[in-house]
Amino acid sequence: MIWVVALMVIIMLTAAVAVLVVESHISALAATSAVSLALSVLFVVLKAPDVAMTEAVVGAGLSTLILALALHRILQAQPAGEDNDA
Amino acid sequence: MRNYSALLFASGLAFLLMVIAWQFTIGGAPMLIGNAILQQAADELGAANLVTSVVLGYRGIDTLGEIAILFTAATATSLVLSSISGQRSRPAPNTAQSGTILISSSRLLFPLLLTLGLYIVLHGHLTPGGGFQGGVILAAAFFLPLLAVPGHGVNHSGLALVEGFSGAAFILIGIIALFQGNAFLQPFMGHGAMGSLFSAGTLPLLYIAVGLKVGAELSGLLANLAEIGPAHPVAEISVETQSVKGSAHQ
Repeated sequence: MIWVVALMVIIMLTAAVAVLVVESHISALAATSAVSLALSVLFVVLKAPDVAMTEAVVGAGLSTLILALALHRILQAQPAGEDNDA
Repeated sequence: MRNYSALLFASGLAFLLMVIAWQFTIGGAPMLIGNAILQQAADELGAANLVTSVVLGYRGIDTLGEIAILFTAATATSLVLSSISGQRSRPAPNTAQSGTILISSSRLLFPLLLTLGLYIVLHGHLTPGGGFQGGVILAAAFFLPLLAVPGHGVNHSGLALVEGFSGAAFILIGIIALFQGNAFLQPFMGHGAMGSLFSAGTLPLLYIAVGLKVGAELSGLLANLAEIGPAHPVAEISVETQSVKGSAHQ
């Protein structure tokens, strides 16, 4: 069990650092989703399946989707000639 | 002027936090209600999932507050989005084709997600999960075809109807409990056999109302966010990589 926890913590830390250093915004969103997914596994290990389900559905799914759609609309609103790094 | 309003907001927030900090005894005795609920909940409510008996049975009014917060947030978002889209000229309806993988997998996943979401909502009093989780899965199920076939319209008035009726049903169940001489939102209608689908009184009905409300609300929100854009992100990224390739050739 401790190996699962250690693995999940490593995945979470790696993904959290990746959010900060990665160039493209959409990859950063994917890394945020990975943090939530590993956290939901941790909640299962801690015997909180209800919280784990909420974390997986809302944290990994819905909020990432909303952020991606918002990012898409921001890129759309920018003038065509402007340089964007996403 | 703007600085003063920010200062006012910050001081109000600080006052609220100070009041909350004043109320709590930090490092004091642990709350005793948890043990009491653990011992009584199975006999009092008959729900196999203890979390549900807390969320809807003992703390039903908090759940009502949660639903109200979600409703306010979704309404404010759609208000802001519609005012933004009113200022700009509406772009031409999207006719871009999404990939084969997205289209066929959305056809495959839609019934599966629908079944999973309804299962989680209906079994909220028996297994982990419940109205909120199942409602989000339902919203995802209805958003997936929208992503695969853009330009596919959304029936916003139908969604609003479902949302309003389920929200009213939640409050109505609470008021019926009041008329029976119980507290607001207190479960009634008997316990049934613990672990069977028809058990735990009104808790499953409340969770069905929550699930429908959350699902309708969030699918409306996602549709509002996605509808105005002419293309979904996948198409845009592929266009970008093509332009990069073209510049490399030159």
